[in-house]
Amino acid sequence: MGVNIPAVVPARISAKGWGWQHAGRAGQAVHDLDLEIAPGERVLLLGPSGAGKSTLLHALAGVLGSEEGADEFGSLLIDGVPAAQSRGRAGLMQQDPDSQVVLSRIGDDVAFGAENLSVPREEIWRRVGAALDAVGLQLPLEHSSSALSGGQKQRLGLAGMLAMMPGLLLLDEPTANLDPVGVMEVRDAVRRSLDASGATLVVVEHRVSVWLDVVDRVVVLAPSAAGEPGGVLLDGPPATVLTQAADMLAAAGVWLPGRIPAVRQRIATIKHDVGDRLLLEASDLSVSRKKSGRRHRAEPVAVVPSVRICAGEALSVTGPNGVGKSTLALTLAGLLPAAGGTLEATAALARGAGSSPLKWRGRELISRIGTVFQEPEHQFVAGSVREELLFAPRLLGRGTESVDGLLARLRLEHVGDANPFTLSGGEKRRLSVATVLAASPQVLVLDEPTFGQDANTWAELASLLTELLDAGTAVVSVTHDAAFTHVLGGEQLVLGEEPGQAADSTPSIPAGEVVQR
Amino acid sequence: MATTRSSAWLAGANPLAKLGAGIAITGVLLISVDWVSSTVALVLEIAVLPLAGLGARLLLRRGWPILVAALVGGYGTALLAPKTGEVLLSLGPILFTTGSVGSGIAIALRGLAIALPGIIVLASTDPTDLADALAQKLRLPHRFVLGALAAMRLVGLLVAEWQTLGMARRARGVGGEPGFFRGLKASLGQAMALLVQAIRRASRLAVTMEAKGFGAGERTWARVSSYGPRDAVVVGGGVLIAAASVAAAVVLGTWNPVFA
Repeated sequence: MGVNIPAVVPARISAKGWGWQHAGRAGQAVHDLDLEIAPGERVLLLGPSGAGKSTLLHALAGVLGSEEGADEFGSLLIDGVPAAQSRGRAGLMQQDPDSQVVLSRIGDDVAFGAENLSVPREEIWRRVGAALDAVGLQLPLEHSSSALSGGQKQRLGLAGMLAMMPGLLLLDEPTANLDPVGVMEVRDAVRRSLDASGATLVVVEHRVSVWLDVVDRVVVLAPSAAGEPGGVLLDGPPATVLTQAADMLAAAGVWLPGRIPAVRQRIATIKHDVGDRLLLEASDLSVSRKKSGRRHRAEPVAVVPSVRICAGEALSVTGPNGVGKSTLALTLAGLLPAAGGTLEATAALARGAGSSPLKWRGRELISRIGTVFQEPEHQFVAGSVREELLFAPRLLGRGTESVDGLLARLRLEHVGDANPFTLSGGEKRRLSVATVLAASPQVLVLDEPTFGQDANTWAELASLLTELLDAGTAVVSVTHDAAFTHVLGGEQLVLGEEPGQAADSTPSIPAGEVVQR
Repeated sequence: MATTRSSAWLAGANPLAKLGAGIAITGVLLISVDWVSSTVALVLEIAVLPLAGLGARLLLRRGWPILVAALVGGYGTALLAPKTGEVLLSLGPILFTTGSVGSGIAIALRGLAIALPGIIVLASTDPTDLADALAQKLRLPHRFVLGALAAMRLVGLLVAEWQTLGMARRARGVGGEPGFFRGLKASLGQAMALLVQAIRRASRLAVTMEAKGFGAGERTWARVSSYGPRDAVVVGGGVLIAAASVAAAVVLGTWNPVFA
């Protein structure tokens, strides 16, 4: 390596009859794939769940090779060299922002990849500065990498990749766990860096509209399950492919630009008398994740003057990141102590269990307030999908007849005996909702239920919730998803309009925004 | 565990120099059980605390278990040591004499004087700097050192994860039931869930590290682990504290090597 600053050489991908079978699996994750991607092309990779999109990205990143007992077929080359031997030519970004960060200071973290490629020290620091500029993270090099938002962590990961000067960027649902602001931050950072380096891009994402302006080619993979031919189903410019395959892609759960999936609309009209439908009432509620000590009270992250949760009504908690939306939801759900103010369950909800949800025992809580966490895995307590659904009815000493109905309703019959951790993202989300509904709570609290979900799961979830609302369940959801809020209707609680303040506001979305499929 | 580098004077020294100084002091104190060498070392160590950015309050908050252990050790020794000298207190089987209380105090002081260098080194050392020094200066395998460093970062995340898991499981109806054994069962279940999450996250992190070219042969280091004048001062200071405590004990005739 001389004194010249090396330029990025865009990578060429060539797959010929390539396939991959994970150890211990019956079928191939990718089967008979023929695909040529020219240097500098920007490709959006689509396909139904189970088409092997992630497997392909991992193989290109050279991180599949260490798997023992796996079988590879055909050839997968980057610039004529097998992908497994070209580690460093490609940079990989995964879905979970926390698993993206390796070291505790951002400068060190960006340098990590370049160090591993034996880049000389002076050159590393030059690249670190340039990479952080490119992704728009203007923070001191000593800044703690744990103190970043999700979008910032993904951009930090991108900076680390850029410092390796890879010819190929591989993004595996990079924005699935991010709020709308974070999504745009990451998308723009990727676009800027590509414009500067000319590197090849392969991105996997459900939400097509996010990447539509960035990519110049869309490749749709066919499902590679037993009996399917596998390989590439459609390939071409975005406009052509998205028009040709619109119905197929929509059926596969891909979010197409301008399309909002059809959902069951609410039928019950909102009654204006609150009366005996009131279930939970909070006034001057301040919330915090830190426990108040005897000496000093915890600093509240949010203060809410008044919240009333009524049977059959939706309440959407919205606002920017970090204003305490989730903390408020957890407090309303009886999981976190309030830092101040009052939260009382009415007699209709308490049914003799006392007015403070926080003091309810586990079995008292689940039949009154059900909470669906953002990360489904946090709530799994059993070894199989069926056992998960049986858990609440057994705890409550109820019959278990409703379980089969829930399995069918949420399309989980085919995985009834599977371990919950082995499900796909959408299946995990549906299961986590089903387990909570198995206790038939009067109040349902959901924290970002639509994050990272494909259009099918989104529509099922929204339809299910309108059904529950019409049947008299109260639904509280923390969400950034305006379309979702609109479908549920009801009131919006916008946090963080002024620092530390919160106010009730009426829904601001114009009616008739929901487009039918 | 500090996430950003502290600005204390000692934080700027090479971790290995600090370790060396600490080993010099504790090594000497381990040799002899006497109150003079322990007291001299303890006083000098306390004098060094500001250089590590440790105030009295922070020290108490981090080091109270050691203080308790030293006091308990001292009390036990006073109770069991040979009863020489005058009787100070006699309550049935409990007998304290000047000799036994002296031994007790010596043991307590020695415990504190041996533990304090460790606290000083830990409080003033950034884990990343330590990893750099271990890999670059001691030539420990970088795969092992950097792997451990990345794992330590995950431990910090697990604390928040534990809290979330507790709430997520309560929302499923787990826990919150009266009874010790039910509580224990719920906690064990939560610990298992935490373990599962830790392993899943660690394997994703391993993919990230691998994708960043980690573990493939030689690597360069963006940060240099080097020795400077400050490190000579640190090692010299450690040797000086060790020598002063031995000298004082020998001069005052209390030097009492354990192997003699």
